[in-house]
Amino acid sequence: MWNYEKRLQFPVKISKPDPKAAQIIITQFGGPDGELAASMRYLSQRYTMPYKEVTATLTDIGTEELAHMEMICAIVHQLTRNLTPEEIERSGFGTYYVDHTLALWPQAASGTPWTATVFQSKGDPITDLHENLAAEQKARTTYDNILRLVNDPDIIAPIRFLREREIVHYQRFGESLRIVTDHLDSRNFYALNPEFDNPACR
Amino acid sequence: MKEFSSRKDLLNHINTVSFAVNDIQLYLNTHPEDTEALAYFHEYKEKRVKALKEYATCYGPLTIDTVDASACDRWNWVNEPWPWQEGGC
Repeated sequence: MWNYEKRLQFPVKISKPDPKAAQIIITQFGGPDGELAASMRYLSQRYTMPYKEVTATLTDIGTEELAHMEMICAIVHQLTRNLTPEEIERSGFGTYYVDHTLALWPQAASGTPWTATVFQSKGDPITDLHENLAAEQKARTTYDNILRLVNDPDIIAPIRFLREREIVHYQRFGESLRIVTDHLDSRNFYALNPEFDNPACR
Repeated sequence: MKEFSSRKDLLNHINTVSFAVNDIQLYLNTHPEDTEALAYFHEYKEKRVKALKEYATCYGPLTIDTVDASACDRWNWVNEPWPWQEGGC
């Protein structure tokens, strides 16, 4: 169950339209290292996670990623609202506009549609947490790449906030991995998969 | 008595205390025995609840649980702008 809160996690107030920047930033909505994939990854993995601290972490970070997706969509929306046909043509936004007008649709910067194939839910806590640690770093790199391409301080502030959250999430997933290995045989962490073998050892 | 003079100030305060709650929540998930962090959580959670109530009374509800507090005989969840819109939160 989820409840909606009628505010963004961090404010997004962009006054100047910039469809070129929007086409880059939309990748954090529907791209391979974007917020939608992040949320779906953690919220899918949590059902078979045997350790309660880690289940809570997956749930709460997966929830926060939905709020990040909303921030990205707010950024893209504000960068593309009230565009004229001339501005659309000049900025190269026409290829997106012809299919979606000014609506939000989850795609990568390249135009590739969002797909669940960009993430795993493997059913093994060591494997999934390594996937999550990598995912947070890939998102951090994407935000670093975006920050090199934008100059508008109204865009930079929320993108910096999102970049910082990747680092905090990386830290929490690192702690989660430690919690998992603390439950396992220190001589061989791979002796069994606690999401599948021997439920008694949980 | 109103602690915040403008809507913007109150909203900034809500964002700040909500962020504190959210961030310490993630920390507590992996450090559930940390009593100092737990006290911090309770302190900011209380501030958040109070601020959300005050916002609902003055400007309209941001959460479904604070709809009651707004003195209005009309369903005002739909009235306030959505957060991505002009004038939204």
